[in-house]
Amino acid sequence: MPEQLAVEARGLEKRFGETVALAGVDLEVPRGALYGLLGPNGAGKTTTVRVLTTLLRPDAGTARLDGIDVVAEPHRVRERIGLTGQYAAVEERLTARENIEYIARLFHLPRQEGRRRAGELLERFDLVDAADRVVKGFSGGMRRRLDIAMSLIARPSVLFLDEPTTGLDPRSRLAMWELIEELEHDGTTVLLTTQYLDEADRLADRIVVIDHGRVIEQGTADELKDRIGGDRITVSIARIENQAKALEVLRQRCNGPVDVEGDGRTFSGPIRTGDRVVPGVVRALDEVGVDVLDLDVRRPTLDDVFLTLTGRPVDAADDDSDGVTGAPLTKVTS
Amino acid sequence: MTDLSMVVQDSWTEAGRHLRIIPRNIEVLIFATIQPIMFIVLFSYVFGGAITAPGFTNYDQFLMPGIFAQSLVFGSAFTGVGLAEDLSKGLVDRLRSLPMSRSAVLIGRTVSDLLRNIFTFTIMVVIAFAIGFRLEGSFAQATLATFVLLLFSYSLSWVQALIGLSVKSVEAANSAGFIWMFPLTFVSSAFVPPETMPGWLEAIANANPFTIVTNASRALYNGMPVGNDVWYSIGWSLALIAVFAGLATRKFGRSTSA
Repeated sequence: MPEQLAVEARGLEKRFGETVALAGVDLEVPRGALYGLLGPNGAGKTTTVRVLTTLLRPDAGTARLDGIDVVAEPHRVRERIGLTGQYAAVEERLTARENIEYIARLFHLPRQEGRRRAGELLERFDLVDAADRVVKGFSGGMRRRLDIAMSLIARPSVLFLDEPTTGLDPRSRLAMWELIEELEHDGTTVLLTTQYLDEADRLADRIVVIDHGRVIEQGTADELKDRIGGDRITVSIARIENQAKALEVLRQRCNGPVDVEGDGRTFSGPIRTGDRVVPGVVRALDEVGVDVLDLDVRRPTLDDVFLTLTGRPVDAADDDSDGVTGAPLTKVTS
Repeated sequence: MTDLSMVVQDSWTEAGRHLRIIPRNIEVLIFATIQPIMFIVLFSYVFGGAITAPGFTNYDQFLMPGIFAQSLVFGSAFTGVGLAEDLSKGLVDRLRSLPMSRSAVLIGRTVSDLLRNIFTFTIMVVIAFAIGFRLEGSFAQATLATFVLLLFSYSLSWVQALIGLSVKSVEAANSAGFIWMFPLTFVSSAFVPPETMPGWLEAIANANPFTIVTNASRALYNGMPVGNDVWYSIGWSLALIAVFAGLATRKFGRSTSA
């Protein structure tokens, strides 16, 4: 039932002139979940968030937030959402406290309540010491924290975080991740967009991969990795004379084609996750008298997933219509 | 909350934000005040000897209302620049995602700019008096003259709002907001009588609403017959507000930072 879904989008389409930003996006986010919208620059992540947060009208399709149509009743939707965009949208010449109280007034909270919430949020986001300083002198990490605090004033049912760590240094990024994990523990539904695979991998319950304005795959990080073939075993043997024997063993144990590397002594092939294949391979090779130099099992990374799904690495952007700024950080590992 | 009370409350919240910032950004206010003072002094002393204003006690009596009008018109540019700033910082996206009145963002901005202009105007009047300008009409006439000037300035704030929301950067808002103000204020009766201009330019100057506003306030400050210029001025201002407030509000609903 739609009541159980925090976000429900069907066939969202949006074009800007000749550019197709969304080509039919479907999305379902259950209450209390943390979903990651993953894709390269220009994939349509930000446009999707803009439609869901009532900033943009879709050309076609429908979107509901807590069952409320974003086009028909935008005002009611706005009462239930928090949005943190790619820019830390704060008023630089006000203090952190004034910024929060200012947004509280725009949510029409009574003045007392606004003050109380501001105090709570400043404490929670570790901004007490800086509370009465003008934001202009804040670091990037502090601005983002304040930005998220401002999004949480009215206890939103769904929090949208559009690239919350873009442009942050590695330490602030880690702090931001911890903060986002806490939000999820509190039961806030979070929809996060990111172009960083490690971010999606670490934070998201489910990852929705979006490219060219379309959802091309979704699942947990593990499901996505399994879907492109699970783990891979790589074995290097000492002597090339044993090539045939080793190849035979691996062909029996792998569940797909075995590749032979250029040196003729290294083989790799897919294995099923959690099948305890590795001890079997080691024993079998030992029995036929093949000395193993090196053995390695690698879980595919989300990079592999992305490469398989889109035919290009995640950081190879077609264009920058999502308007992402800031230096790219490391986008590898899982 | 009714729609109207929300508009009023949110507009006040927005205006409060801008007004609170003014003393923290005091250089902006200082320079915004120095500029018109400079104009008063420069025009009065540099041109004062060369330009005669037939029918007026002296050139200052002719000039000051023109400079008041020009400075208030220039002051309207703050609206566009401020909105472009909010837009570029992503603040407009945040505001558009809140359950607040959208027109309040623009009303709060234009009203706070009007208050700022009133402050600058007050200082200007004091300086003008110091160098010899006098009210030659009644206090009521002077009040009406001031109202006509402020209303026109407020109406141009809405033109600037549309400009600020339409351009892509703060710098562009600054240039686009100022560029047309020079012909608007110079091809007019503000500094010299249009009769001294070439015929075609005189025709343009006389049709310029800025000339009408200047003439109305000048006649009132000098206690001269004003004809229908007050009504034409108010009419122009209200028409500009009606058209540009509508366009700017529409634009605000659509503009985003990226």
